Amino acid sequence: MSELANIEELKKLAPPAELRRAPVVEGNQGLGWLTDKLSAFAEAKVPLWWWFAFVPAAFAATVIFPVCLFYQVFTGVGAWGNNHPDMWGWDIVNFIWWVGVAHAGTLISALLFLTRQQWRTTIGRMAEAMTVFSVMMAGLYPAIHTGRPWFDWFMFPFPNSNGNWPQFKSPLMWDVFAVNTYLMVSSLFFFMGMIPDFAVLRDRSTTRIRKGIFSILAMGWTGSAWQWHNYEKAYVVLCGLCTLLVFTVSSIVGLDFCTAQLAGWHATIFPLYFVIGAVFCGFGMMLVLLTSLRKLCHLESVITKSHIDKVAKLALVSGLIINYIYLMEIFIAWYSGDPYERWVFGHRFFGQEYWCFGWALILINVCVTQLLWFKKIRSSMVALFVIGLLINCGMWSERFVIVVGSLYQDFLPANWNKYHPTMWDVGLFIGTLGAFFMLYLLFVKFLPVIAISEVKGATPQGDPHHPLGGAQKGGHQ
Amino acid sequence: MSEKVYGLMAEFDSPGALLRAAEKIRSSGYRNWDCFTPFPIHGIDKVMGYRNSLVGWVALAGGAFMFLNIVGLIWFSNAFDYPLIVGGKPMFSPPMTFVPAYIMMIMGGAFGALLGMFGVNQLPRLHHPLLFKKSFEGASRDKFIIVIGANDEKFCATETKNLLASIGGANIEIVEDQE
Repeated sequence: MSELANIEELKKLAPPAELRRAPVVEGNQGLGWLTDKLSAFAEAKVPLWWWFAFVPAAFAATVIFPVCLFYQVFTGVGAWGNNHPDMWGWDIVNFIWWVGVAHAGTLISALLFLTRQQWRTTIGRMAEAMTVFSVMMAGLYPAIHTGRPWFDWFMFPFPNSNGNWPQFKSPLMWDVFAVNTYLMVSSLFFFMGMIPDFAVLRDRSTTRIRKGIFSILAMGWTGSAWQWHNYEKAYVVLCGLCTLLVFTVSSIVGLDFCTAQLAGWHATIFPLYFVIGAVFCGFGMMLVLLTSLRKLCHLESVITKSHIDKVAKLALVSGLIINYIYLMEIFIAWYSGDPYERWVFGHRFFGQEYWCFGWALILINVCVTQLLWFKKIRSSMVALFVIGLLINCGMWSERFVIVVGSLYQDFLPANWNKYHPTMWDVGLFIGTLGAFFMLYLLFVKFLPVIAISEVKGATPQGDPHHPLGGAQKGGHQ
Repeated sequence: MSEKVYGLMAEFDSPGALLRAAEKIRSSGYRNWDCFTPFPIHGIDKVMGYRNSLVGWVALAGGAFMFLNIVGLIWFSNAFDYPLIVGGKPMFSPPMTFVPAYIMMIMGGAFGALLGMFGVNQLPRLHHPLLFKKSFEGASRDKFIIVIGANDEKFCATETKNLLASIGGANIEIVEDQE
């Protein structure tokens, strides 16, 4: 009786409906239901749509990808369209694009944790998986781009019989450290976040093999107060470090460009430009993955429209910053009075070659992004899916404009040369896309796709100070 | 193989009930006991009397170690062992070491946090008596479990059982461990 009175009193104190926050999980069904719901997809039979997505992705990843890779490695970088003066082509464009996709994942899972946004618990795991897999794809490109990948170990500092050391004054060298660290740290973060959920799947498993696999992965996790106490500390520290990485990795990629003297690259805004561009691109990918997976995995009540609305708002914010940077870039090109800068920026939109990429950038990244202002669009999953895809295309063309658009017409007209990708460029890109989606689909099917323990902690049933969580009038001592 | 008593376990239905029960167990003088929950419970650190976790310090040590290590490595490799002249710049200057050292500090800190967490929590572990209990599986679902260890000075099979029952514990069971 006293508990009921307590709930009635709380209801009176609650803010009016329009000021209330949307619940993290819809339905208010309790912890047991939530556990069943969140582990259902990993335990159910493989659905048909999964095979329809997996087979083409696996074909691209296991046939197209290795064929292009081997041909390129055996032949040399010349198999690509890269040639003087376009020494960077699709390989670097795709490298930056993949790194960019990764960034929003870290931002969602780490920065939103530090700011205590509880809604990120439902989408954080999917974002982290996106990060890990896209950094894998990104790291591959510079490794092959060296031309002789079997000498890639030259880039790592260790004593060797040649007596050579890396040259640490170059941002390209810093990139090696940045991308490797990003891959390692985001994988650690991904794995550590999953340990309690592996324990959930271990305890729920019905077959011996499943139990064995998840027992090994959970490493003997019991969920004691002491374990959680240390786990939470480690989680906060890792989130802090990952947040630093969001702002570091793409800045270093930006430094690769802005330390060069080339018009169109030599700008102090580049590190920031690349970070925000990366985050924007990643939010686009996040929209694509979330809108489709919430439906396909029947997670509408967990990944609610309110969460997707927030991701769309973040995409809008990063998009607006990008628009501001475009404006500044063009303004500075004009204001600097440098004829080469003016030439490059004029030719981005009105040149004979590649003008369509310049306009694609304006059309998508500037115009389409503005659609996200409208609540109606933010609540339509189909619209967000399409906008997400478009943002990815827009950001890809932005990278193309930056890399090739600045290289193909440098200071000396005798040097000018057009750039055209070859089938090996295209094949390798399709291969990395396939590999990314293959890994992602495997993750969705076999691993806990939503952070089960985190979501439970964010529900009223998981809050010891809430009546539904067992709090009594007057609270505990 | 003989079996000995590991402890007594009791189930609670909500995090609030667990917190209240934990406070009572603590005030009745038990020392060797722990709560097992599906997610971290807000306020339990205080009830259990935990101080700031060591993991943060391990991460700091890992980060600092890597930072200084890379600064040293860059000095050793680019200025001492094989001096490289690049664009007429000094062989060694601290600002130029900052970016790689900073990046590797993040790597060291992350490994420190993860390995520190494993170390303090004694993971990975191959055996835990509670994991053999069927009823313990609820601890990763929707049950909140308290286990009082048999090696506690105050432990007494009947009295401890009565205490757990009086504070609202359900399904009180003896947990056994293989010798």
